[in-house]
Amino acid sequence: MDRSFVAQNPSVLVFLAILSLFTLGVTILSEGVGIGVISTSFVKTLGKTLCLGLIAVAMDLVWGFTGILSLGHFAFFGLGGYMIGMWLMYERTRLIVVDSLAQAEIPPTSTEVVDAIATQVFGVVGSSEFPLIWAFSHSLTLQLILVVLVPGLLALIFGWLAFRSRVTGVYLSILTQAMTLALALYLFQNDSGLRGNNGLSGLQNLPGVTASQDVVSIWFLWASALALGLGYMLAAWVVSGKFGSVIRGIRDNEARVRFLGYSVEVYKLAVFTLTACIAAVAGALYYPQAGIINPEEMAPIASIYLAVWVAIGGRGRLYGAVIGAAFVSLLSTWFTGGQVPDIPLGFYTIKWVDWWQVLLGVSFVLVTLFAPQGIGGLFDLWTNRHAPQRHGAALGPDESALREKEATE
Amino acid sequence: MSTLLEVSGVSVTFDGFRAINNLSFQIGNAELRAVIGPNGAGKTTFMDIVTGKTRPDEGRVIWGEKSVSLLRMSEAKIAQAGIGRKFQKPTVFEDQTVQENLLMALKNKRGWLGVLFYRPSADDLDKVADLASEIGLKDELTRKSGELSHGQKQWLEIGMLLAQEPRLLLVDEPAAGMTPQEREHTTDLLVQAAKTRAVVVVEHDMEFVRRLNCKVTVLHEGSVLAEGSLDHVTSNQDVIDVYLGR
Repeated sequence: MDRSFVAQNPSVLVFLAILSLFTLGVTILSEGVGIGVISTSFVKTLGKTLCLGLIAVAMDLVWGFTGILSLGHFAFFGLGGYMIGMWLMYERTRLIVVDSLAQAEIPPTSTEVVDAIATQVFGVVGSSEFPLIWAFSHSLTLQLILVVLVPGLLALIFGWLAFRSRVTGVYLSILTQAMTLALALYLFQNDSGLRGNNGLSGLQNLPGVTASQDVVSIWFLWASALALGLGYMLAAWVVSGKFGSVIRGIRDNEARVRFLGYSVEVYKLAVFTLTACIAAVAGALYYPQAGIINPEEMAPIASIYLAVWVAIGGRGRLYGAVIGAAFVSLLSTWFTGGQVPDIPLGFYTIKWVDWWQVLLGVSFVLVTLFAPQGIGGLFDLWTNRHAPQRHGAALGPDESALREKEATE
Repeated sequence: MSTLLEVSGVSVTFDGFRAINNLSFQIGNAELRAVIGPNGAGKTTFMDIVTGKTRPDEGRVIWGEKSVSLLRMSEAKIAQAGIGRKFQKPTVFEDQTVQENLLMALKNKRGWLGVLFYRPSADDLDKVADLASEIGLKDELTRKSGELSHGQKQWLEIGMLLAQEPRLLLVDEPAAGMTPQEREHTTDLLVQAAKTRAVVVVEHDMEFVRRLNCKVTVLHEGSVLAEGSLDHVTSNQDVIDVYLGR
C-alpha cells in the first residue's frame, strides 16, 4: 500500500508510453512536419479519435465504475464544443470585419465593429444582434472557463435532481436521453442564439494563425494526446484509492454502501459532474478539428454510440474504453467512408455504408452476451487475471444457501 | 442500564397490509438481544425502519443519549450515527479484496472529498489486520472477496460491521447456510461484540438463539408477543401457539 501510484497501476505507464509513441509516430509520418505519408485529413481523424478516447474514459468512469448508464454525455461534449466555437467564430469574424472596415475613410467605432460581426455571424438565421449568451465570446479566457463551467453546471443541476429522487437504472438512462434530446431540439431553433441547425462553422481556422492546416492539425493532435493522457491519469487516480472502492461499491450494491454511511447520491453527483467536465474538454478539442458543430451532434444516438464503444472496449477498465472508442470509431470511418468493397450476392449487394450499423449492432449484442469483458478482456488472457467466480450450483432455494462445492469440500 | 435505542408505537402499512403494528422495542448500551418470529412477523421491516430504509406511518424512533429522532435522517446519516446492519444474504463487494472491503467500512471520514484524498495510514492498516485475524481472514487480505466461501463472506461482513465501530449492530440471520463449526465461530463473534455495544440478532434457528444465551423478543404480526429469557418465552402459551407449536 505504500508503493507509489504508478507502481500500483503499471497500466497507466504503459498507456502513456503507447500514447506518446503513437503521437510521435503520426507526427513523423504527417504531411505538415514529417515525411508526408499520412494525409492531413487523416491526422485530423486521428486527433478526433483521441478526443473520443477521452470522452470514453469519462463514460467508463461514470458507467463502468459507478454503474450509472448515462446516455447523455455527448450533450456535455457538444456544449464544450459550442463554448470554444463561439470564441473561434467571433474572433475570426472580427479580424475579417476589422480588415474590411479598415478600407473605409472614417475609422469604425467599436459598436460598428460589433454590429458588423453580429450581422456576419447571425445573418444566416435572420438576426443581426448578439444574444446574451455571447456576452463573453470576445474573450478566449472566459470562453475556455465556460467550456468546463457550463456543462459542469448542467450536469450538477441535472444530477442533483435525478439522484436526489433516487432515479436509477434504466429510468436514469432514459432521463439522460431526454436531456440530450431536449438540448439538441432547443439548439435546433434559430432563436436559440447558437445559429440553429447551421451550427457554428469554420472552426478549423484559428484566428490570427497563419500556419497551414497541415501544421495546425499536428498542434491539435498533440493537444488531444495531452488531454487524453492527463484525463486518463486523473481517472486512474480517482479510481485507485478508497474513492474508487466506494464508487465500485455503488455500482455493485448501492444500498450496502449507503448502510456503510456513505452518501451515495453525493458520490454519484461528484462522478457525474466530473465526467461531464472531462467530456466537455474532449468536445472543445474535437470540434476545432472537425471544423463544424451543429445540434445534430447532441442527438441521442451519439451518446448511445458512446456506450457501445465502451461496452465493446471493455467497461470497468480505462484502457478498454479508449481501445473501444478508437477501434469502433476508426472502423466506422472506414466502413461509412465507402472504402470497403461491396459484397455482391447476386440477388442483392451488401453496401457497407448501409450495413455497417447492422454489423455494429450485431457485434454489440454478441460482445454483451459472450464477452462481457470486451476487447480489454483479451489482456486478461495475457496477465492471467480471473474474475471471482463461485463454482457449483446452489444447494438451497435462496442465494444464502451453501454452494455445492463448499458442502462437498 | 441506559437506553440506546427506543422504538415506540411504530406502525407501517404496505398496500393495506400492516407489516408493523404498534411495535415498541428498547435496547441498552451493551446488550445482546435475539429477535425471533415466524415468516412475515415484521423482523426485516423492523430493521428497515431503524436503519432508515422504510419510513413508518406513525411512531417514534429515538436514538442515543441526546434522544435524536432517526425518522428524519437518511440511511447514510443513521449509519454514521452508529447503527450498523448486516443483511441476510452476505453482501460484501465481491469484486474487491478483503482489505479494500474492510478499509471502506473502517470508521473514517465519509465525505467524498475526504475519501478522494484518503490514503490508508499505517494505523488504519493495523486495525484492518487486527480485524482480519479476529474474523479468521488474516491470510485472505489480498484475495477478492468473491472468491471466499459462503461462511467467510458472512464473517467478512461482520468484520466490516465491526470496522464501522457502531454502537448498535443489527444482524439478520447470521448463521444461515453455515456449517456447525462456522456457527460456533459466529456465536463467539457476536457475544464478544455485545460486550462493548448493543447487538440485535434476528434469527430463525432456535439452537443458535439458545447458544447466544440472551434476552429474546418474539415478534408476531408486527408487534411484540413476548419478551424474556429463551426458556421464559418458549414456555409462553401464545408463543407456542403461533410459532413453536407448528
